Amino acid sequence: MRLNRRQFFRSASGALAFASSAGLLRSAGIAGEAPIVVANILDQTGGLNIYSLKQIKAVAMAVEEINAAGGLLGRPLELVFYDSQSNNQFNAQYMTQALIRDKASVVHAGVTSSSREVMRPIAHKFRGLLFYNSMYEGGVCDRRHVCVAQVPGQQIAPLVPHVVKEYGKRCYILGADYIYPHTTAKWVRKFTQEAGGEDIGVEFFPLDVSNFAPALSRIQAAKPDVVWSILVGSAHNAFYRQYEATIGKANIPLASCMFGIGREQTYLSADEASGIVNATPFHDSLPTEAAQKFVRDFKAYTGEDDYVGDYAEYGYRGVNIWANAVRKAGDPSPEAVIEALPGVQFEAPGGLVTVDGQTNHATMDIHLVRTNRNQGWDHLETFAQRPPSDTQAVCDLNANPNDRTQYTLEL
Amino acid sequence: MHEIVIHLYQVMFAIGIFVLISLGLAVIFGMMRVINLAQGEFIMLGAYFCLFATQLGLDFWLAVLCAGLGVGLFGILVERLLIRFLYGRIMDTLLATWGLSLFMVGLVTSVFGPQEAGVDAKLGKVTFGAYSIAEYNLVLIAVAGALLALTFAIWRYTRFGLVARSVMQNPTMAAALGVNPRKYYMLTFGFGSALTGVAGAMLAPLVGNQPTMGSFYVAKAFVTVISGGPAPLTGTLYASTLFGATDGLISYRTTQVLGEIGVLLIAIVLLRMLPLGITGHSARRA
Amino acid sequence: MFARLSETQSVSLPPALWWTAVALALAAGLAIPSFTGLDVHLDLSIIFIFGILALSMGFMWGQVGMLSFGQTAFFGLGGYTYAVCSLNFGETTSAMLLAILLPAIFATVLGYFMIYGRISNIYFTVITMVVTIVLEKAIRATSDESFVIGDVWLRGQNGIAGLPDLQVPWDPATTLFVTEVYYLAFVLMMAVYVGYRMLLRHRFGRVLLGIRENERRINLLGYDTRRYKLAIFAISGAVAGLAGGLYAVWGNFVAPEMMNLNSAASVVINVIVGGKATLLGPLIGTGVVQWLTAWLGTAGVGQVNLVLGLVLIGFVMLFPQGILPMAAGLGREALEAARQLFRRRDLAAAALRKETNS
Repeated sequence: MRLNRRQFFRSASGALAFASSAGLLRSAGIAGEAPIVVANILDQTGGLNIYSLKQIKAVAMAVEEINAAGGLLGRPLELVFYDSQSNNQFNAQYMTQALIRDKASVVHAGVTSSSREVMRPIAHKFRGLLFYNSMYEGGVCDRRHVCVAQVPGQQIAPLVPHVVKEYGKRCYILGADYIYPHTTAKWVRKFTQEAGGEDIGVEFFPLDVSNFAPALSRIQAAKPDVVWSILVGSAHNAFYRQYEATIGKANIPLASCMFGIGREQTYLSADEASGIVNATPFHDSLPTEAAQKFVRDFKAYTGEDDYVGDYAEYGYRGVNIWANAVRKAGDPSPEAVIEALPGVQFEAPGGLVTVDGQTNHATMDIHLVRTNRNQGWDHLETFAQRPPSDTQAVCDLNANPNDRTQYTLEL
Repeated sequence: MHEIVIHLYQVMFAIGIFVLISLGLAVIFGMMRVINLAQGEFIMLGAYFCLFATQLGLDFWLAVLCAGLGVGLFGILVERLLIRFLYGRIMDTLLATWGLSLFMVGLVTSVFGPQEAGVDAKLGKVTFGAYSIAEYNLVLIAVAGALLALTFAIWRYTRFGLVARSVMQNPTMAAALGVNPRKYYMLTFGFGSALTGVAGAMLAPLVGNQPTMGSFYVAKAFVTVISGGPAPLTGTLYASTLFGATDGLISYRTTQVLGEIGVLLIAIVLLRMLPLGITGHSARRA
Repeated sequence: MFARLSETQSVSLPPALWWTAVALALAAGLAIPSFTGLDVHLDLSIIFIFGILALSMGFMWGQVGMLSFGQTAFFGLGGYTYAVCSLNFGETTSAMLLAILLPAIFATVLGYFMIYGRISNIYFTVITMVVTIVLEKAIRATSDESFVIGDVWLRGQNGIAGLPDLQVPWDPATTLFVTEVYYLAFVLMMAVYVGYRMLLRHRFGRVLLGIRENERRINLLGYDTRRYKLAIFAISGAVAGLAGGLYAVWGNFVAPEMMNLNSAASVVINVIVGGKATLLGPLIGTGVVQWLTAWLGTAGVGQVNLVLGLVLIGFVMLFPQGILPMAAGLGREALEAARQLFRRRDLAAAALRKETNS
């Protein structure tokens, strides 16, 4: 069965081999060893796949690299991929399959908080380990869960003062209508007030709204200095188009903490996309050798030539952080890896990432960027080694190792 | 004064969108009673046709025409390969077009990826006091009106319209008079598809191109056409006006969620009060 | 007249044989967990749960002629009732009962509004569809922390996860694990199936079948058909609510997607695939579509939709009546062919005998 699935991958996805070939394992000298199973559950199909498609390939690339370098503990990695089809029901089914049938040592899964909250209890039920390689609203306190991407405290805190200083004090916030944008909007408001500014409007839009004409008129009536977009998903991408056609960033500039994670700028014209400020742990034009090597390797591995983006990098760093923890533990079993995780480091393409043992979140570099006219980002500034301070304020796994709560962050 | 203009604009724009997305369906479902669940994907296809035509260097308006033509031909293809086997089996068309809709989303995602560049209509904006409005949005309102008028004229004043209407009303009688009903089913389906294709092309500069974009419109389109009642074209016009005005006003005055919910609640009450649809009591078919 | 109606119904096994089949199915279903893994139990339970939902829709459509496109409204309401009540009460038995009761009440009110308004069939379909979308949109708009029922934040688009496992009513300290949920879902599905079937044999069910055949005639015979339609709508609302409560127990989460257009259409699709004429059809259809979709997600086929769409289209072309009637038809044909074959052989043998005799 598993062999069949592996062959399927190779034939169905063309040049892209999801599981390492026998030849590669032989040349690495690990062909005969019992494999360690790595599961990956992401949305290849459905409305959320704009966040997943690159990450699916980045996870495969990380596994391939580890195998080529001799595997882990002398054993090859075997990657099992599940397409959760943007449907949480499948997250539940595949998480169980991965842990029970495939006996996965680790499951890398999820791009939404809702899917993660479906899978986290299953990780506990069957004593597994879940890596959530995606940004979210913060506050999860759970030793069987690791988040390697940023939470609002890491990202918003350095971004807002820059926006207030550059563009002005009065902001208008637009967000998608679910928990992450609601939480983030509160952070934006708090830091804006701390920087001496004020918010003069906050609005939320269901994820399937693509007509922003009413909101654009309201914004013009309110006359803010800057508009914040915490809009998410392919329908909301229409906002940037309609904004430029109606108000224009030349009149009221745009800031965002979400723009780009779905590679939005690659689907917009230069006028529509350029000039939006954001803060992110990774972007393609990060001027470091590690970042440039990752971009080169990824393009070579996938044969694709377009923008790579941060969600690919999160998948890549997730697998490598896990692998470093396995090396440290000398044992791939979830229990041993969980014990070893605190303090594990990885020189990720976006900069050094360290697992914070108190929260199972990560300390990382955050880069201030602005979109340019070539579907990429101009690098403005790096804020080095920012800890997940918001989650640290509510979570202490050292004191309460049995905690499983997702806390609502206090501002 | 400017406030009034903006209110009027919000309402007209919302009506324009309702007309665009439901007109093709009004022809296909209203005339032929074929439930095309792939209506949303026909819109999506129109947007993609428009994108590729502009990428080939065509002027935007030519690209819109191409999209209408392309999706119209695609509709005829679908009718020949699929729908024509299913006339009189209304629920099987539902399943088949659901399958078609999944297939089209999957195919477009496989070939072009999860999203595509948008289309630039190269228009400016007009300013009213503190407000500016994208010229394109105004053009869209005009196009929606023109399409509706055109469809109405074809249905009312051309030989094709006359014969098509007679075939829809009584295919046996039409056949007895020497008309080939099958041909008219095919052409009507193609015509409805072409209208939907134009709608998709008109939406492309506004919302961009994504394989899943159809799902945003399909429910709205069905509710509009069905609320319209037995006279599909006038019915769709009335329903679009009512729903668009509701949506435009509530969305502008409060929030977009309330606007959408408001439209749906009005639809429920409307169908309960007028169990034959808006045009059910003045039944002159057009 | 009722005798004629029962002939049009395509379930035609004699009762003794039918009960034997049910008993066999029950035995088989209860035996499966002993030789499969937990992941299989989980995968099968969700098929049973969606099977219950499909039955609630398929019965009304196939036997009464009422096409409800919005059974997911009751399904979602049941799920959210279980979620909110179980988290507030810290106790799950009453939460589960309310997950059946509240959707039943909602269905009664909605049904009264529609059925006593004498709206036509297509508007019944459209209103039920619109109701499920309205509920979905309303729930999705509750992301702000101020949307709380009791102590439970509705959490909008994100849905509510981490719901408590179902407790054994007489022993709340014991909760149901994956395999026990399998047994529960399976037994309840069988119970709903048998219940609907018994209903059809009852006088009440005869009237429902009559409504499907010719509502006006039943009216003229002195039955108030509106009461019958309202009753079956409420019953099916309760059944869909039960399915929703079980879904919440199954995955320990509820989400607005339970009620969206996609889910609503999936129920209809499951029923069409299996065939709506019988009660077994919706169950088989659900099993086939669910299994296929889940399997495709692990099969590495690229875009699952692409393959699933092609399968559905091919299906319409090949099995216009749904799987079950098709299979039954094929069975009959095979039988007939075999009989023909034997008859021909007999004839040939007789001819041969004749020839050799002469």
